[in-house]
Amino acid sequence: MTHLAVPIRARVLSVQAATRARPVERMIEFGLLLAAVFSVFITAGIVYVLFSEAIPFFAHEEVTLRGFLTDRQWTPLFSDKHFGIMPLVSGTLMTTLIAVCVALPIGTAIAFWLSEFVSPRVREIIKPVLELLSAVPTVVYGYFAITVIAPAMQRLNPDLPLFNMLAAGIVMGLMIVPYVSSLSEDAMRAVPMLLREGSYGMGANRLTTALRVVFPAALSGIAASYILAISRAVGETMIVAIAAGNQPKLTFDPTEGAATITAYIVQVSMGDLPHGSIEYQTIFAAGITLFFMTLAFNLLGAWLKKRYRQVY
Amino acid sequence: MLTTEQVIAKGRLHDRVFFLVGLTLTIICLGTLAVLLYNLLAAGLPRLNLDFLTSFPSRRAAKAGILSAWVGSVLVMLVTAATAIPLGVAAGVYLEEYARKNWFTSLIEVNIANLAGVPSIIYGLMALGLLVYQFRFGQSILTGGVTLAFLILPIVIVATREAIRAIPQHMREAAYALGATRWQVVKDHLLPYSSGGISTGVIIALSRAIGETAPLVTIGALTYIAFLPPAPFSTVEGRVVGPTEWLMSPFTVLPIQMFNWVSRPGDDFAANAAAAGIVLMAATLSMNLVAIVIRARVRRRVKW
Repeated sequence: MTHLAVPIRARVLSVQAATRARPVERMIEFGLLLAAVFSVFITAGIVYVLFSEAIPFFAHEEVTLRGFLTDRQWTPLFSDKHFGIMPLVSGTLMTTLIAVCVALPIGTAIAFWLSEFVSPRVREIIKPVLELLSAVPTVVYGYFAITVIAPAMQRLNPDLPLFNMLAAGIVMGLMIVPYVSSLSEDAMRAVPMLLREGSYGMGANRLTTALRVVFPAALSGIAASYILAISRAVGETMIVAIAAGNQPKLTFDPTEGAATITAYIVQVSMGDLPHGSIEYQTIFAAGITLFFMTLAFNLLGAWLKKRYRQVY
Repeated sequence: MLTTEQVIAKGRLHDRVFFLVGLTLTIICLGTLAVLLYNLLAAGLPRLNLDFLTSFPSRRAAKAGILSAWVGSVLVMLVTAATAIPLGVAAGVYLEEYARKNWFTSLIEVNIANLAGVPSIIYGLMALGLLVYQFRFGQSILTGGVTLAFLILPIVIVATREAIRAIPQHMREAAYALGATRWQVVKDHLLPYSSGGISTGVIIALSRAIGETAPLVTIGALTYIAFLPPAPFSTVEGRVVGPTEWLMSPFTVLPIQMFNWVSRPGDDFAANAAAAGIVLMAATLSMNLVAIVIRARVRRRVKW
């Protein structure tokens, strides 16, 4: 009976001591905490780099914040330098607008169709296949835009330049369809069956139920999917860098070529600019503009999600 | 005034019309994907042969290949996976199993949600300013891999959290009741049970990283590379190469090589671009396929 030699109370205490105060457990928890905190460092790194490179840009004599926001030309790489961000912003907004006009109606309709009109089996097959649309590397989409879509559009309208915002925007729209369709469908499917049954019980058909009952009930999720899609379109780079034309131009005509913020950054990065030159700093000034644009959209999305959330 | 039958008939007609609209739109989307693939194969397949895979880029389109590009892609992916998987899984485990509900935890959560919405090119600018110039990693495989790891970190974290959250509470309680410590519960139960979900997320994330062009262009990855990174322990110019020297080597990757060829005029380079695109698509699609299969198997197998 050797094990009774140690009083029971002391043994309980030693078990507690062994599990609670194990230094290994503490160290592991601390290590995991560091990994989680690391994501905050990444954000801090982004903000630090954007500001620390953009502030010297605005400190140059030929650059003013007012000129940056109001000048209608963006020509930092020419000898007659103008630093107005508007042409890049207009290019970004135009291509985004075209993409949104393609993706939101198509994506929403497909979401309704998947959620309310087809059997779960069909849905489980179609959804992952559709999601492949946003898995295609964007450089491949760029190639697709200039070898298939733009030439096809030129056959319809021979005056169209090969590099134009319309072709880039349409292809970008196709790319973001799955963001809208899959996320909206998730939101629609989360609407309780009871609501649909109430609607059907009143004699409504499927389409009416979808539009008048499911849509309002799922609105917060649908809105969030729209915002995510828009934010993707604003930040999309390679499609516009390849297919949209790369000349910064303040125009709202989708058949013209233009440059987006992202395309400008790529164009400059492909060249060999010395670290610290004003041309090098322009990409950070453009980047900070892009960062705030997408941040605004993301915050708007979070707000919409909260504002229109329905709790069942 | 419509009769009841007419109202019902009208509703049915609307349903049928919308069913066809939905079907048509889905077919248009999938058809576009099919056209894209067909066009890529038609233009690139004649160019895709062993020489293409084992040659360096060249000024003459017919002699150019993607050796340095695919080797670069593989090495960058190694660094990305080695960085993003441990960091992302650890962060996911912490947030799901250890974190208390307080302002600090919600700060981390909001931050991760925001990071997921930051455009990839912004990560490139961050890496250019921080990794390339401040940390002096240079325009190397290390910089490229770490940049892409930062980019996919939110995806890995979210996938880990969802996979762990799906494990019922009673599994944890059973383990704690037997005297397991928190780390033992995580290591012996939660991680093995969630490995399917986590690997799905990791593979999807890596498939996104392998197609990323913009952040790597921004950090200054080269477009013309006619040599391979030094293999560990090989002899270059009478000197034995260290085991980590390849990390600091300049590099290019498949999407950048394709971008370079897309932007050149002439059909010959377009064929090269298409052939590189086929290789890239094959990598992306097969990774996605593996993820879909794992997800389906996990769903079928798990019955708590």
